[in-house]
Amino acid sequence: MAEVNNSSVIQLLADRFGAKVSGVNEPYGLLTVETTKDVIIDVLTFLKETEGTGFTFLTDITAVHYPETKHIAVVYHLHNMVNKIRIRVKVFIHEHTPAIPTATVLWNGANWMERETYDFFGVKFEGHPDLRRILNMDELNVHPMLKQYPLEDPNRVDKKDEYFGR
Amino acid sequence: MNHNQPVYTDNDPQNELVTLNLGPTHPATHGVFQNVLQLDGERIVSGVSTIGYIHRAFEKIAEHRPFYQITPLTDRLNYCSSPINNMGWHMTVEKLLNITVPKRVDYLRIIVMELARISDHIICNTIIAQDTGATTTFLYLFQFREHIYEIYEEICGARLTTNIGRIGGFERDFNDIAFAKINKFLKEFPVALKEFESLLNRNRIFIDRTAGVACVTPEQALSYSWTGPLLRATGVDYDVRVSEPYCSYDEFDFEVPVGTSGDIYDRYLVRNEEMWQSVSLIQQAMDKLKNEPAGVFHADVPDFYLPAKEEVYNNMEALIYHFKIVMGEIDAPKAEVYHAVEGGNGELGFYLINDGGRTPYRLHFRRPSFINYSMYAKMSEGMLLSDAIINMSSMNIIAGELDA
Repeated sequence: MAEVNNSSVIQLLADRFGAKVSGVNEPYGLLTVETTKDVIIDVLTFLKETEGTGFTFLTDITAVHYPETKHIAVVYHLHNMVNKIRIRVKVFIHEHTPAIPTATVLWNGANWMERETYDFFGVKFEGHPDLRRILNMDELNVHPMLKQYPLEDPNRVDKKDEYFGR
Repeated sequence: MNHNQPVYTDNDPQNELVTLNLGPTHPATHGVFQNVLQLDGERIVSGVSTIGYIHRAFEKIAEHRPFYQITPLTDRLNYCSSPINNMGWHMTVEKLLNITVPKRVDYLRIIVMELARISDHIICNTIIAQDTGATTTFLYLFQFREHIYEIYEEICGARLTTNIGRIGGFERDFNDIAFAKINKFLKEFPVALKEFESLLNRNRIFIDRTAGVACVTPEQALSYSWTGPLLRATGVDYDVRVSEPYCSYDEFDFEVPVGTSGDIYDRYLVRNEEMWQSVSLIQQAMDKLKNEPAGVFHADVPDFYLPAKEEVYNNMEALIYHFKIVMGEIDAPKAEVYHAVEGGNGELGFYLINDGGRTPYRLHFRRPSFINYSMYAKMSEGMLLSDAIINMSSMNIIAGELDA
């Protein structure tokens, strides 16, 4: 079996997906690629099931909000435990239409990771079997990790500077 | 006969399932977890887990804090082994800043982290024993957790939430009393652990309650993204310390114990064996320390390492650096870094995105308890209620890490 490393994975992805996989980078040695939401499940399936990639383990799913560009990046960390390499796959989706296909079709562990991401960022994972809030209460009407929500309730009066002579 | 699907006649008053709320605050759940179970007699037909009762928005808070002020947050993730969380966080920042720490710091870190691992596994294994009714073993080994806390106390002044590290090393050097306590621990703990094993490993009741219960296959474990002792009990030898060595773990001689059947008994055995390996690692680190120059306990990174308090009070340069660090005047690079350590329950990962300032733009904790627990309700189906209780103990779910 040929050696699996960052450059061989980059080559395989380029051969299979062409321009649909972009933004290839290796910060601190961790291979990072970007793709789009219409091919994300194909990319993940390819990374999981192709012999030359072998990223069979889903380490993590999370998201990052970039309000300046009005995007939410959904970030997948995958791991090839045999060859000891990791890959980070990012999908930038628009913050007003935050929807992306679910990865629960590939890994059972994606279930709670996606629920957490939905809870925090409001990303709707299409096809998820049970997309509910997981850590916050059901009645909460915001997704608190979005940057427009400040850390503390702005209506609180007990922390206003004027009460402290500031 | 399939126990999951009992056959009843029409209009049988027993043809009803009982809904049981196991938790949120139930003594057997070791924390604030709720499981709504559908019971057919004592057998669980289906279950739904609810979590989040102590969710404290750590990731949101972290976005508003400089690096040093995030350390106390990491302490409160897995509070049974807080030094591992601490070290993992500081190593992430060191990776971001390209800081190389001296060898002696690596060895000191290994000592502290392996002590934390032992402390974590003591809790889990003694509680499995406790839940099968063996209270003696619980009390017997638990006193060594107290000894470990005394060592922490000597190193940093705190016991549970230690805040033990600094970017680049430690706040202060280990003193002679700390080393003496570590040596005493290394001498006494193996004796007690051996006795603990002799009380449980071949105990008929213990084996009946644990062997063959809650078996998980490697495929299931990997599909649910399990890591740590739970994954290794199924036979997969994945350990971050070996796969991606940090803190000079690659210089050490140790084995990764694996199980065969993935049941509760295997998880217990894997954790026990890991405690032996940790004892060996601490001993090796103590030996290696003898060849390292004494008194080195941090890297020379004045831009990020907080100077000692007495220096701050008496030395202008130290005061300036202290001010600059605390006020976040020296920027960290714009970068994106993922760093993982082998926590007590598995791969504890820190995904840090920095936009050039001194507070993270985004910090995500990959918490093994959160990910491992997602399988609990599913794997409880078909199990007896009493087995589900021991199963929860064997998974070592820490509520702080689960909810973050």
